[in-house]
Amino acid sequence: MDMLINIVSWVCIIGGSMFCLVGGLGLIRLPDMFARMHGASLIDTMGIGLILIGLMFQAGFTLITGKLVLILIFVFFTSPTSTYALARAAINGDLVAKVEDNDGSKQEVRSSKT
Amino acid sequence: MMFSACAAAILITMGMALFRSIKGPSVYDRILAINSFGTLTVILFSVHGFMTERPEFLDLALVYALINFIGTIAVTKFVTYAHMGHPTDDNERGDI
Repeated sequence: MDMLINIVSWVCIIGGSMFCLVGGLGLIRLPDMFARMHGASLIDTMGIGLILIGLMFQAGFTLITGKLVLILIFVFFTSPTSTYALARAAINGDLVAKVEDNDGSKQEVRSSKT
Repeated sequence: MMFSACAAAILITMGMALFRSIKGPSVYDRILAINSFGTLTVILFSVHGFMTERPEFLDLALVYALINFIGTIAVTKFVTYAHMGHPTDDNERGDI
């Protein structure tokens, strides 16, 4: 049973680390600020979620697990809020999104201010 | 051992976020990168607490998550309105 808990927790922690690395790579490589937001949200949801769930398996039923659950709930509520505020500020600040058509031609889309 | 690997991956990702915050063309890229950097700091606090077998660091992680959220909202609002008060002229743009 102990072995099983260790294996599950390590799978979660390693998976979360991989998601963090992929999110950071997206933060560097993606072409546009609105696309980079996708990489940042990968860190904020799957990265922190899987790593903290793995740490919960390591901690067992203690106060530490309660604190980890609090951190997880807080991040899950605040991360979409701050991302939404940031996207709205970027749209209001006339940031232009770069999109690519199916035939490969690049064009810029100026979003309507609503 | 496994905690060290996780901490190394988080540190590499923090370096990537820092690179984007230095290079980012617009100010919004920098805010986004610093927001991710704060989230990664929260994970690093938690993992470091388990790595050194002193999980009391989780309180610090919780407070850091709070400050990260407030700071991101404050900087976004400051960039949009150039001050911290309510919007004055254009009410269509809302508060945040």
